[in-house]
Amino acid sequence: MLPIDTRSIQQEINKYIGKDIYLHMETSTGSYVRVQDPDTLPACAYIRNGLINFSEGKIVKNEAWYSVGLKIDNGWVYTEGLTDWEVTEEGQLLLAGHDKEGNLKIGLQLSEKPFNCGA
Amino acid sequence: MSLSVLAVFPHPDDETFGTAGTLIKHADKGDKVTLVCATMGQMGRRMGNPFFANRETLPKVREEELRDAAAQIGIDRLILWNMQDKTLQFRCTQYLADRILDVIQDVRPDVLYTFYPEHGVHPDHDALSKAAALAVSKLPTDSRPKIYGAAITSDREEKLGLPHKVIDVSDVLDRKMDAMRAHRSQSELITIPLENRIKETPELKNQILDPFRTERYWVYNVSHMTQ
Repeated sequence: MLPIDTRSIQQEINKYIGKDIYLHMETSTGSYVRVQDPDTLPACAYIRNGLINFSEGKIVKNEAWYSVGLKIDNGWVYTEGLTDWEVTEEGQLLLAGHDKEGNLKIGLQLSEKPFNCGA
Repeated sequence: MSLSVLAVFPHPDDETFGTAGTLIKHADKGDKVTLVCATMGQMGRRMGNPFFANRETLPKVREEELRDAAAQIGIDRLILWNMQDKTLQFRCTQYLADRILDVIQDVRPDVLYTFYPEHGVHPDHDALSKAAALAVSKLPTDSRPKIYGAAITSDREEKLGLPHKVIDVSDVLDRKMDAMRAHRSQSELITIPLENRIKETPELKNQILDPFRTERYWVYNVSHMTQ
């Protein structure tokens, strides 16, 4: 993945407007946070292959990170903290936010075909 | 006499971080070691440091790392289920137990290594260890493998008492560290700082590696599950 380039990413986002597409979205503290601090709440969420259709989509620069908002039929998809991006060989758009140790903290991915998923 | 050893873990690297030394010692004695790895750890947050994997390449990266670590350890047979990471707790325990039972009937283990039920910290660890215990409880008493559970909770000794088996893996520590390094995407955060400390203070190498020298297990008795 490479550091975010808003112009290229905006072009990629635009390709998905008005289509039924697959969303992967995640954020996570990791399930092991309680090993270091027993009072911490592990908070992890992901949706893999949610089918969405958005009419508007935009990437915006915040301080040292970026946010993406997608206006879907009956609501919104919101992601903040993105730092890196890649388009895979299959054309999937991957956006991720990494901390300084390389851990993935947040992810937003769009694809016309379902993402591979374990059984 | 050589033993049949079965290890049942949910993620690539679970077999290495806690139990690699023990499994290496089994392999060195000529015991047949089979590993069931239930997921590909597809949803791991660690991508290497600096990161080199992404969410879509991670499963393949971790499968290759696991094959490499398994070769370092001397695992004879690797069984990959490719279930989805973090979802084991939502599956029917009986379904997981039946799959484990199929493997048990195939490899007829004398001993089974897994996490200690309810002391695995991660929900996938606890779901799979509970299913492994349920599978063993279905067997006739005289053909049940002994379950050695790795308890990794901070209150393990308070709840379970002292470990029943403490294995000093000093003699195979270099190979255990090689297996850890094989899980590069997941272990660099740990192994690189360790190696740097050893480089800076080689005289302290033994002390720095101390936490990896001992592997602890608690025997899990399934008799309460059969009533």
